[in-house]
Amino acid sequence: MSAQTQPNSFRTGPDERGHFGIFGGRFVAETLMPLVLELEKAYEAAKADPAFHADMEYFSKHYIGRPSPLYFAERLTEHLGGAKIYFKREELNHTGAHKVNNVLGQILLARRMGKKRIIAETGAGQHGVATATLCARFGLECIVYMGAVDVERQKPNVFRMNMLGAKVVPVQSGTKTLKDAMNEALRDWVTNVADTFYCIGTVAGPHPYPAMVRDFQAVIGKETREQMMEAEGRLPDSLVACIGGGSNAIGLFHPFLDDRSVEIYGVEAAGHGLHKLHAASLSGGRPGVLHGNRTYLLMDRDGQIQDAHSISAGLDYPGIGPEHAWLHDMGRVNYISATDDEALEAFQLCSKLEGILPALEPSHALAKVMEIAPKKPKDHLMVVNISGRGDKDLFTIAEHLKQDIV
Amino acid sequence: MTQRIEARFEQCRQEGRAALVTYVMAGDPDPETSLAILKSLPKAGADIVEFGLPFTDPMADGPAIQAAGLRALKVGQDTDKTLDLIRRFRAEDQDTPVILMGYFNPIYVYGVDRFLVDAKEAGVDGLIVVDLPPEEDDELCLPALKTGLAFIRLATPTTDDHRLPAVLKNTAGFVYYVSITGITGAATPDFGKVATAVERIKHHTPLPVVVGFGVKSGVHAAAVAKGADGVVVGSALIDAMKGTLDADDRATSHTVEAVTTLVKELSEGVRSVAKKAAAA
Repeated sequence: MSAQTQPNSFRTGPDERGHFGIFGGRFVAETLMPLVLELEKAYEAAKADPAFHADMEYFSKHYIGRPSPLYFAERLTEHLGGAKIYFKREELNHTGAHKVNNVLGQILLARRMGKKRIIAETGAGQHGVATATLCARFGLECIVYMGAVDVERQKPNVFRMNMLGAKVVPVQSGTKTLKDAMNEALRDWVTNVADTFYCIGTVAGPHPYPAMVRDFQAVIGKETREQMMEAEGRLPDSLVACIGGGSNAIGLFHPFLDDRSVEIYGVEAAGHGLHKLHAASLSGGRPGVLHGNRTYLLMDRDGQIQDAHSISAGLDYPGIGPEHAWLHDMGRVNYISATDDEALEAFQLCSKLEGILPALEPSHALAKVMEIAPKKPKDHLMVVNISGRGDKDLFTIAEHLKQDIV
Repeated sequence: MTQRIEARFEQCRQEGRAALVTYVMAGDPDPETSLAILKSLPKAGADIVEFGLPFTDPMADGPAIQAAGLRALKVGQDTDKTLDLIRRFRAEDQDTPVILMGYFNPIYVYGVDRFLVDAKEAGVDGLIVVDLPPEEDDELCLPALKTGLAFIRLATPTTDDHRLPAVLKNTAGFVYYVSITGITGAATPDFGKVATAVERIKHHTPLPVVVGFGVKSGVHAAAVAKGADGVVVGSALIDAMKGTLDADDRATSHTVEAVTTLVKELSEGVRSVAKKAAAA
């Protein structure tokens, strides 16, 4: 816990320059700065326009399939013998993860702005698939940058994107993973300034992206609030979500930040362990500046960005959204971490007890639920965000469990 | 406070020509070779030298400079060592302006205040930090100006007349016009459009305006020199150097010479365009 004075509200950020405390900001090349300002203006206008919200609601309901259920995980609750565990079922969304909530918002915004060419970065491929999907739906050109290493280990998603009509560009620069895909997307944007909209997949990048992506994902927490009131007549006692960049987590957390009775846990990927290769920026990083914002980063003594490692490609990023960095320093959210092995164990338990194959990302959150829930009383209401489904991870999991798929 | 830069532009004006500004990466392919290259540049015709601070994630740079940075990092180049190379350059050359160019994170991590003191002491004259637009002036630009280092701003084709005053406000030394929307070492610009853009910027500032991105040859340099006060060349020099490296990216006996040969060509290009000498 930090000794800093806590604000009256945790939900008012960022300020007009995009800062959450010292984090966030707009650290981009001059070429992009006018575009970032144009985006901010367009987003403010859309936010104030009932027609934009009506479109969001229509497509959320009929295309994505919202609201996603809040499901009482009865057998997992019995097995762990403590808190009453609920799953927020984001894995049931169209395209199989929470990513589509944000992409819908950004694509509707791109249409308002008259942008015909959409670019995106992707790690595991979930954001790329969601972007390719909505571009197909609205007839927009779609280019997805993906690290060459990730293209190799996420082949089914590359094929899905191709089927949806998107062009997947394997990125050969740097470490050939998510951070390099983001560099390459920024290089594309700086080159194609007139017609291109950069659809960022998480609560990172320059202002207004971290706030905008959060707003689009906050539907997760808003629904959870209502659904829990309906199911139990009161707010939950704790929330748990996994964090790479942190969009599913902030989406669940944000509507509850000012309900001080609600304990909040963000779970980073500890990879092989925090003293070995990992992707836990808050636990193992320091404040720095990358990809348009100041946040906690994994880096060396000289400020050179280090490789992240996680079994989950979706958490394999050396930074974290700036709002999480701030919430960490403020002590409002407890940031903890789960290793590759812990996530694999949680994946298997959830699959067998609940008949739900969670993605490896939320398996990290489930791993910590397994640790925290047994220590809580039976009337403690705990919500874990099942942010994606595990189908995409079956090859990785089979390899780690030394089993053949066919 | 930017005396070396001002004196050098004044000298070029007296000679009735544009300035040649060269960029190479510190520590590429190894510290000693990069220092040898740096020292050779003014002798080959460079008026101002930019030294790149290596960074793992240079989001505005093309493949040539990305690879240069990674080569330098691979042999252990860091900010301390880069400042040390500049100190050694400065021991022999007190006149050529040295501009450090890079990204903010290594500077932020070094500590802004300590960095500015050390850079000034090492003999740095100015800074170009790609990911610090005027919106983030508090971070480094204003402290740099206070320390007496020029903060050289990039103006781009997307910087319209409305925005230009904000971009120029805290700029010192010179203005760097980015000739294209794009990354370094990519497309060659339309030189006619570039001249118009320089003209537009000059309406807003008395500072010299130099042009970079996409300049690869003496012919290009001459074309840019017609409209601008200076020409910046980076990726082409790095490409020339890289062509001489062995299979393990080590320098060979041709490495320094490959750079100086191209710099001589660029210098001739710049000098082939006669500009009005300053009336004063």
